[in-house]
Amino acid sequence: MIRNNYSSNPTWFQKIKNYDYVLVMCILMIGIASIFTMYSTDGGQILYHTKSHFLKFSIFFPMMIILSFINIKFWHSSSYLFYLVVLGLLFWVALYGVKASGSKRWIDLYFLNLQPSELMKIGIILCLARYFHRVRTDKINSFATILITLTIIIVPTILVITQPDLGTSVLISLTGLIILWFSGLKIKYFFYSFIIFLISLPFVISFLKPYQKLRILTFLDPDRDPLGSGYQIIQSKIAVGSGGLTGKGFLKGTQSYLDFLPEKHTDFIFTLFSEEFGFIGSMLLLIIYAIIIFRIIRIGMSSRSFFSRLYCFGFGFAIFLYVATNMSMVLGLLPIVGSPLPLMSYGGSSLLATMIGFSIVLSAKVNNNQVIS
Amino acid sequence: MFNQSDNVTKVNLINRRLFIISAAKIVIFFGLTARLFSLQVKEKNKYLTLSDKNRIREWKLPPVRGEFQDYFGNVIAGNNEVYQLHMIPEEIEDFRYVVLRIKQILDLSEKDFQKIIKKKKEVKPWETIIISDNLNWEQFSKVNSYLYDLTGVKSVLSVSRIYPYKENYTHVLGYVSQANEEDIYSNEVIKEKFVPGIRVGKIGLEKTFEKQLLGDNDIQRFEVNAYGRRISQLEYQKGSKGKNFRLTIDTEIQQLCNELLKDKAGSICVMDIFSGEIVAMHSSPSFDPNLFLFGINKDDWQLIRNNPMKPLVNKTLQGNYSPGSTIKPIVALSALENGIVNTNFTVHCTGKTEMYGQTYHCWKKKGHGFVSLRNAMKQSCDSYFYEIARRLGVDKLSETAKKFGLGEKVFGDLFSIEKKGLIPNTQWKKNALGKGWLLGETIITGIGQGYIQTTPIQLCLMTAQIANGGYKIYPKIVVDEETKVQEIDKFKPLFNKSKNIRIVQDAMFGSTNEVMGTSYRSRINNPKYQFAGKTGTAQVKKITERDRELDLKTFEIPYEERDHALYVAFGPYKHPRYALSIIVEHGGNGSTTAAPMAKKLFKLVIDRHKKREQYNNKRYLDI
Repeated sequence: MIRNNYSSNPTWFQKIKNYDYVLVMCILMIGIASIFTMYSTDGGQILYHTKSHFLKFSIFFPMMIILSFINIKFWHSSSYLFYLVVLGLLFWVALYGVKASGSKRWIDLYFLNLQPSELMKIGIILCLARYFHRVRTDKINSFATILITLTIIIVPTILVITQPDLGTSVLISLTGLIILWFSGLKIKYFFYSFIIFLISLPFVISFLKPYQKLRILTFLDPDRDPLGSGYQIIQSKIAVGSGGLTGKGFLKGTQSYLDFLPEKHTDFIFTLFSEEFGFIGSMLLLIIYAIIIFRIIRIGMSSRSFFSRLYCFGFGFAIFLYVATNMSMVLGLLPIVGSPLPLMSYGGSSLLATMIGFSIVLSAKVNNNQVIS
Repeated sequence: MFNQSDNVTKVNLINRRLFIISAAKIVIFFGLTARLFSLQVKEKNKYLTLSDKNRIREWKLPPVRGEFQDYFGNVIAGNNEVYQLHMIPEEIEDFRYVVLRIKQILDLSEKDFQKIIKKKKEVKPWETIIISDNLNWEQFSKVNSYLYDLTGVKSVLSVSRIYPYKENYTHVLGYVSQANEEDIYSNEVIKEKFVPGIRVGKIGLEKTFEKQLLGDNDIQRFEVNAYGRRISQLEYQKGSKGKNFRLTIDTEIQQLCNELLKDKAGSICVMDIFSGEIVAMHSSPSFDPNLFLFGINKDDWQLIRNNPMKPLVNKTLQGNYSPGSTIKPIVALSALENGIVNTNFTVHCTGKTEMYGQTYHCWKKKGHGFVSLRNAMKQSCDSYFYEIARRLGVDKLSETAKKFGLGEKVFGDLFSIEKKGLIPNTQWKKNALGKGWLLGETIITGIGQGYIQTTPIQLCLMTAQIANGGYKIYPKIVVDEETKVQEIDKFKPLFNKSKNIRIVQDAMFGSTNEVMGTSYRSRINNPKYQFAGKTGTAQVKKITERDRELDLKTFEIPYEERDHALYVAFGPYKHPRYALSIIVEHGGNGSTTAAPMAKKLFKLVIDRHKKREQYNNKRYLDI
């Protein structure tokens, strides 16, 4: 097949016409919701978190729109570079990173404390999508392929574990593994490795740090230490539960307003939202996330290039994974692992990474007829 | 072409796998929804309660104590507004400076100053420190004029106990003071209502009725944050005041008792002979219970504790005294009842009697000559009573005495400190001392000496029951109080022949109103006030031959060795209504010290009688 004019660069008119407005609107809605929630965490005042989050959102959102007009080919060609740069940053963090509350995760960029592990969540999808874009079906299950892909996954994972940041590293490796899944790695490999994982679980647990073991114990029984390690999850459940069907009302969440809720800006932002807007509000938020994930997958389905398709599916799964992990965590279904809720949680790096991720998806949409050789 | 077909395989594969993952996603999202539903809809109430438990905290405030009133409704233990000074450390910029300023303004001592500094370290910064819980008006206004300079310091109006009649009611009511650990552990109600600074009854009726007196706490509900800091007040639940108690005591008479016993140690009680209502009950010396409210200072405490007249002892209920001659009406009555003597029986008194190798002296050295029962009572002839006691025997005597309320607690459980006294008999001596009863002991029991011991309130009850014609009554001090004791035998006759009671009453009349009577000088001729009584002089130590020879006047004897002066009486004689007992410790002689007090008392008591009746009737009419 020779390239026809379909595959040529779309015109501006086509780009505008082809744009996924529903997705953009959903992102904007969650963004606005997050600013209001941030305002509530500040106790109904425009304080540091509200200002900072508003500023970051109003920079990164337009940035996403602008980046989305970059041709998908650019992303394809710079995938490895992106991955390597982020990997380099992870090494940099390991050596010169900024330490805070016991872990070394940040690079001080003066205007922003960059957390490269968040960027790696996108980097790994890009890198593996590009890799599998070229691999032929019969080569996918070859030893070399598996070795290379596993290396791509394991190196950043280990770097993030040593920060230490178990939650993020698990999310990175799971995102990587899902790309392997989509690319067609035999199911039996997943099955075997799952079995091996189960067998090695006791060893893994013995390598965990005491506070990580404590988190697991706490998850299994939060009431064993209600004022200590179980405090967060108990208070979070109280906040969500007391919200009821319609919630306590905007700025009226007593659990957060009176400081019973820990980490309310970041990991527990959904708790606050859920307390103030209740079951109905939480369902609306969940539905918007579902629409976002659905739109991402739809864009993937309509993409002609395998890279775009794989990227979209991967990114869609990643968003799902973050949302599901975060919500399960605050609702007491998973141990506290420390993962932000995409678009909602306070945190520049997470927002930046998510926005870059979305801009690539939108780029794939705009250029869905683009074939990448 | 190959590339193309490979791409198709790849796409098919990825779509198939996407389908599996999407299904998983949907399942998980439904799981999350179900979890949200169960937390927010199904278990909402549970978590709402937990959330309220988190944010709402209650603060109890001291409850308002019930009041005590006298018979006429005057408050005798009330609640007074007091001015307090509070401060909240976190609102103060320079704590030391502010405390120093207050020290200057209020003239606090260095010790108080250090106490405040120390207290600040113990409490959380947003908790209130009470600098002073009882400022006088002068201090209060002085502080108020400086308050603009002292942010974080508040002047507060609070409630505290006050005893307006000071020492008059101390031994009846007792007093309140700060609850200590023992109070909290021994009383459930105090434990439940405890707040720092709560005052509880330490003795007397204040302690007895603690449960009813303590009101319900006012409760303040505050919204607090995770660190326990109060954010806002949600609710103020007003507690109810404790129960009020009205006593049967008449303050005017109570005050007269206090006056009569001024600078003396002793007790007076006055009782209504039909209702058993205590009209006055005073033990002297007393002390001001207001001193204890905010913690008594050391000097005042030493003064009370070291007073040789023992102000802390409630002599009316706790004082075990030999009744002396005041027991004679009972001895006479017992002898009459048991048919030992009749009114014609006479004894020849020569001033001393030899019996069983012992010499027993009458108080009158020259002797009374031939005396009948009436004359013997009138002149308090000891020889006569030696003789009839000998004939009567101690067991029969004690039986009569117990019937009339001696040797038993008059108020039951009402006062924890009340003593039983002692009415001895042969059985008692065998059990308690392991020795046989001696006849000589019977003889001295006949004039109220020896083992026999009675409390002033018992003597009063005894006299009242003689005065009302010999019927049993139950003394009470609280109006309308449901008594725990079943008064089934109220007004049960205590005699076999009512004539015997009349004989004794008449003899007592003679003792007061006829020439030669021991209290003749204290008589009142006006029949409205005329009373009948019996004097008594209780020996504190055995009188030796030397003493008899010296025959010293009372004031010549050292205080501790002087006799106790006693007097029991009832009046008005024609239609008796009130009985009283007076004891003056080391007062010397019943007829010179105690009986004149009775004269003054009866005047007032009978004058007040009409008012008492009217007040009672009016009360019932009002209803």
